[in-house]
Amino acid sequence: MAGAAATPPGVSEAVFADALNRFAGVVGAENVYSEEEDVALYRDAYSPLWDEREEKLASAAVAPASAEEVQAVARIANELRIPLYPVSTGRNLGYGGSAPVLSGSVVLDLKRMNRILDISERDATVLVEPGVSYFDLYRHIVDNGLKLWIDCPDPGWGSVIGNAMDRGGGVTTGAYRDHFGSHCGMEVVLADGDIIRTGMGAMPGANTWQQNRYGYGPWVDGIFSQSNYGIVTKMGFWLMPAPDAYLSGTIAAHRHQDVIPLIDVMNRLENIGAFTGYPQVGSPVLFQAGAGAAPEELEAQARASGQPVWTCRLQFYGGRKVNEAQWEYCQEQFAAAIPGATFQRGEEYDLPLTPEQAEALGTEKVSFGIPNLGRFSIGARSEFNDMPTSGHVWFSPILPRTGEGLLAAQKVLFEAAEQLKPYNLSVLPMPFANWQRTFIFLINFPIYRDKDANRQTREAFRKLVKICAENGLGEYRTAPAFMNDVGDTYSFNDHALRRFHERLKDAVDPNGILSAGRYGVWPRHLRT
Amino acid sequence: MRYALICLSAFAVCGAALAQGADYAPPPMSPIQPAVDPASLSDPAQRRGHEVFGKWCSACHGDAPGMPGTQALEAKYGGQIPALVEERADLTPELVEFYVRNGISVMPHFRKTEISDADLDDLSAYLTRDR
Ligand SMILES: Cc1cc2nc3c(=O)[nH]c(=O)nc-3n(C[C@H](O)[C@H](O)[C@H](O)COP(=O)(O)OP(=O)(O)OC[C@H]3O[C@@H](n4cnc5c(N)ncnc54)[C@H](O)[C@@H]3O)c2cc1C
Repeated sequence: MAGAAATPPGVSEAVFADALNRFAGVVGAENVYSEEEDVALYRDAYSPLWDEREEKLASAAVAPASAEEVQAVARIANELRIPLYPVSTGRNLGYGGSAPVLSGSVVLDLKRMNRILDISERDATVLVEPGVSYFDLYRHIVDNGLKLWIDCPDPGWGSVIGNAMDRGGGVTTGAYRDHFGSHCGMEVVLADGDIIRTGMGAMPGANTWQQNRYGYGPWVDGIFSQSNYGIVTKMGFWLMPAPDAYLSGTIAAHRHQDVIPLIDVMNRLENIGAFTGYPQVGSPVLFQAGAGAAPEELEAQARASGQPVWTCRLQFYGGRKVNEAQWEYCQEQFAAAIPGATFQRGEEYDLPLTPEQAEALGTEKVSFGIPNLGRFSIGARSEFNDMPTSGHVWFSPILPRTGEGLLAAQKVLFEAAEQLKPYNLSVLPMPFANWQRTFIFLINFPIYRDKDANRQTREAFRKLVKICAENGLGEYRTAPAFMNDVGDTYSFNDHALRRFHERLKDAVDPNGILSAGRYGVWPRHLRT
Repeated sequence: MRYALICLSAFAVCGAALAQGADYAPPPMSPIQPAVDPASLSDPAQRRGHEVFGKWCSACHGDAPGMPGTQALEAKYGGQIPALVEERADLTPELVEFYVRNGISVMPHFRKTEISDADLDDLSAYLTRDR
């Protein structure tokens, strides 16, 4: 199958050729990609639709180097009704890669806009362009010896802006783990080529763009995330001042019902700031006993193996004495709420880490704000896996941050796996606490270069979306193949939220040229 | 050779930190040293290719614990050929180009805005250098 779409839908060859010529006039012919072999590089390497008729393919790509060039490209696209699909670093693997949602779109590849425009150790802020990756930002901090930490997702080559635009998450302190939530100020090019700055950026001469995120009047930043209302050309972020010391500690709980106070105490302690890092709830015996094991079985297994039923690992960033006092206080609180709870002190470091300490951390480097690619071991060939995949899509529903909520959601998934037995789902859902007030599950559906296997995966994924929604569990983010399906589940009052999104779309992008279909929001001419 | 390189990179970090008037040195990214010393490369294309490798490849194919690319090649070839692509003698420019532009398994392909054709030529020059 071809790796590129011929022309955008509804656009004649002549108009398309004219558009590409005019784009070349703006960005230079060498930054317009229309040869099939070049356009094929925009395919989503982890596409669950790989090589099928429905695979989402670009028709061309354009790579501007400045906000002015983005404006000029948007004006041409708006005039000629050429659908554009902006990506920052386009490494959204597991959620769509660099491929558009609407086949035939021209990918607006912002990777060349890769300047760190302003970074302040004193304010702990940064202003970046879309092509700046976590690796780039980290290198800049190292090269300049700045006392700043970044919060990165597992893959370090992603974009600070792109990840935030898809509302991705990381693993340091609550305020920074929510990547969209830690931004402060945006510059956005609209579909007609106009350009706006949000928050204090709207006031010429204000030097507080990266300090106050609201400015004056309606706050619009949120509508640009997981959406298709604009092209972000600059974005500010709050960074964490580098802490002096790190400590971790694990609480072990030995009865099944302990999960309820365990998570309640964990939440309270996080929300009063008694621990500062990413909390991790686990169950060693659940992994051994397998999906759906009864509470008594888990407890028996725990007794037999000398392991706890539940664990909660806490991390502390601060100074040595503060970390020590916080760990002590946390232990007291858990001990009072959970009879028989036991405690294990974990790693401790003076910071910054030495290069050798950092290198030994493997994928845990992200807990110290050090970007890496170690997590790509998921699905890769290794001594434990002789059936490497061609990637995966993530199924990632939001669930309550309570013990009851966790057990109920696990039950939903265990039963769904039973119901969907022919699909052979391997579901062992453990909660991730990237966002401070909820958990998510992250369930990996492997993708292969095998159409039948992928078709089965899509069917199973869609069924799981429905089953979860019937139980109040909604995805926080999803791959383009499933954006309509997930959008359908956010249906309060006859899909009133989607209708509102569509009204906004019609107002800010009446020709529907930007990222059509992203997160289930379609322009008028493509709505069914 | 390796030892010399550690000193070199430590100096580079300190130098930058001093320029800022600070003594703070966050750890560099892993792998902290490349498998091959760039000073051993006389050809400028190979040196540039070494840089491309450091930017785009070594975070998976480096010589450090837990590198997914290195682990995958170790499992695939069982030690018959080096798991470190930088140490292989059997690579051809066509092979390097094929994997960069097509990917394999969980390794995705790379766009030209990431690794340009010129970068790819340099990378090939580095990975197929005469040892
Ligand atoms: C092994 C593995 C582990 C992962 N772990 C994590 C993790 O820990 N946390 C996490 O969040 N994700 C994770 N991911 C998912 C994903 O790889 C990352 O979120 C990645 O950072 C997203 O790609 P990107 O940064 O290149 O964004 P991009 O691909 O550039 O952007 C994502 C989307 O946002 C929109 N967009 C981007 N930039 C703009 C712009 N300037 N204007 C308008 N719209 C824009 C586009 O629709 C684009 O498709 C993981 C993936 C894998 C394969």
